[in-house]
Amino acid sequence: MKAELSPRAKVMVYGAMCVLLIPFVFPTWWMVTSSFKPVSEIFAFPPRLIPDSWDFTTYGQVFTLQPFAKQYWNSAYIAAIVTVGTMGISSMAGYAFARIRFPFANAIFMVVLLGLLIPSEVTIVPLFQLFLKLGMVNTHWPLILVPIFGAPSVFATFVMRQFFISLPAELEEAARVDGLSRFKIFTKIALPLSRPALASVAIFTFLHSWNLYLEPIVFLSSADKFTLPQALTQFTDAYGGPMWNIQLAAATLTALPVLIVFIIAQKHFVEGLAHTGLKG
Amino acid sequence: MARRDSLAGYLFIAPQLIGIIAFVLLPLCLVFWYSLHEWNVLANTFTYTGAQNYRMLLEDSSLPSVLGATALFSFGLVVLNMSLALLLAVLLNQKLRGIAVFRTLFFSPVVVSLVAWTIVWGFLLQKNGGINGMLLTVGIEGPNWLREPVTAMISVIVVQVFKNVGLNMILFLAALQGVPNELYEAARIDGASSFKQFRRIMLPMISPTILLTSIITIVGSLQVFAQIAVLTQGGPGVSTTVLVYYLYQQAFQFHFFGYGSTLSIMLFVIVAVLTFAQWQLRKRMVFYES
Repeated sequence: MKAELSPRAKVMVYGAMCVLLIPFVFPTWWMVTSSFKPVSEIFAFPPRLIPDSWDFTTYGQVFTLQPFAKQYWNSAYIAAIVTVGTMGISSMAGYAFARIRFPFANAIFMVVLLGLLIPSEVTIVPLFQLFLKLGMVNTHWPLILVPIFGAPSVFATFVMRQFFISLPAELEEAARVDGLSRFKIFTKIALPLSRPALASVAIFTFLHSWNLYLEPIVFLSSADKFTLPQALTQFTDAYGGPMWNIQLAAATLTALPVLIVFIIAQKHFVEGLAHTGLKG
Repeated sequence: MARRDSLAGYLFIAPQLIGIIAFVLLPLCLVFWYSLHEWNVLANTFTYTGAQNYRMLLEDSSLPSVLGATALFSFGLVVLNMSLALLLAVLLNQKLRGIAVFRTLFFSPVVVSLVAWTIVWGFLLQKNGGINGMLLTVGIEGPNWLREPVTAMISVIVVQVFKNVGLNMILFLAALQGVPNELYEAARIDGASSFKQFRRIMLPMISPTILLTSIITIVGSLQVFAQIAVLTQGGPGVSTTVLVYYLYQQAFQFHFFGYGSTLSIMLFVIVAVLTFAQWQLRKRMVFYES
């Protein structure tokens, strides 16, 4: 399969890929361009790939109809805390499960892996009641605590464990002979080496938090507490119908920064995910 | 030293373990406990009713349609996702100029915010939206995609596939690149056709990845919520009301927390059984394991 393709086969592969690309790329294009269309043009026929007239006022309305800047900040800071917290928790746990021998390690690892088997949707009712009792409903605590400590971080722990298992033991032995403590070995030797695995943990944790939808709509009820996914659907007219151009402008503001970062860093992104995600 | 090491081990895993107990295991016990109760939020009563909620499962006239929609969605999603991911991975596995650009573009929806992606598709799929507009320019009158049962189901599946197929594509691509070239060369010398090479070498060699990704994809498909909530709200009728969306409605819209908990237990059992079954299948399906 890896042999050089004939020119004709090359054209066919390129052609197939270009056609297949349409549903992957066009929606993003349509989102960005439609967000600049005035209402009168939004459902214009024939469809306009580029707006006839550009309307920039929708972007202002995004911020006046809702506390969108606040909501942006909510999503950003929650995702940042969850990402850093998950990296810490999962690298420590993953390291211990891979490298330290202690009684019941395997049994405990099995218990932790249960988190992979129990989708967070299963436990949403009791979690709601739990946070209700703690007075944390309509705060960001559930969106921070559950992902860092609960089921979503288990996958991260699993990835980190797989990575640490693959590290040669000799790297640590010299340090142990020198009498370094476990914590020092972890922070000075293991952690710096685990950068690729940590990077992919960071990426999928961030995306997971950034995309969270069920949990915010269950836990949050006031607009200034909302996160972005939840806020996007709130731009509706008096009849509850979506204000499309405004929703699309808000969606563009939500999606585009992440997309741009991805395109700049795509090599690390894709390869990090491929090389750590699948060695299960 | 060994004892100090054990202590270190426990300290390292403590945050994760405590978190799993507090946010997974305890809630799992609670959800089972709740499912044995009638819970009236307005009257603030919480009475033990034994298996009554479970009998309600049998009598719930919407439940067969909900389970049907769930099965249809998961089946459609997994089949479409896996085959498209494999096709894209094979295409991207060619030595071609600019292939990295294609890889990036196919992957890009994965990093587009889920609700943003869903909103655009919802917009495209309106009766007078972009897709029907384009169909009309070539003289086809498109359906009202999200308002008819069959097209609504197809729509939510397809929107989800394009969003996330990039992940499986990358995993397959990495697996394909791990297949030693000599195997293909040997097969070519023996005169095996491209299709034979695909069927007899490539598929068996990447079967562990296929198994792993199919488990992840099936479990993921059972968790679909945002797309349904944004695109169809479970409609028309209950045609796209999948189990998680139904659970959300019962618990958080109608405040039937007891019955909602029973549905949660059902979801848990389905996920557990599927995962276990696939794990067992591994022995028969997977030809090669590194």
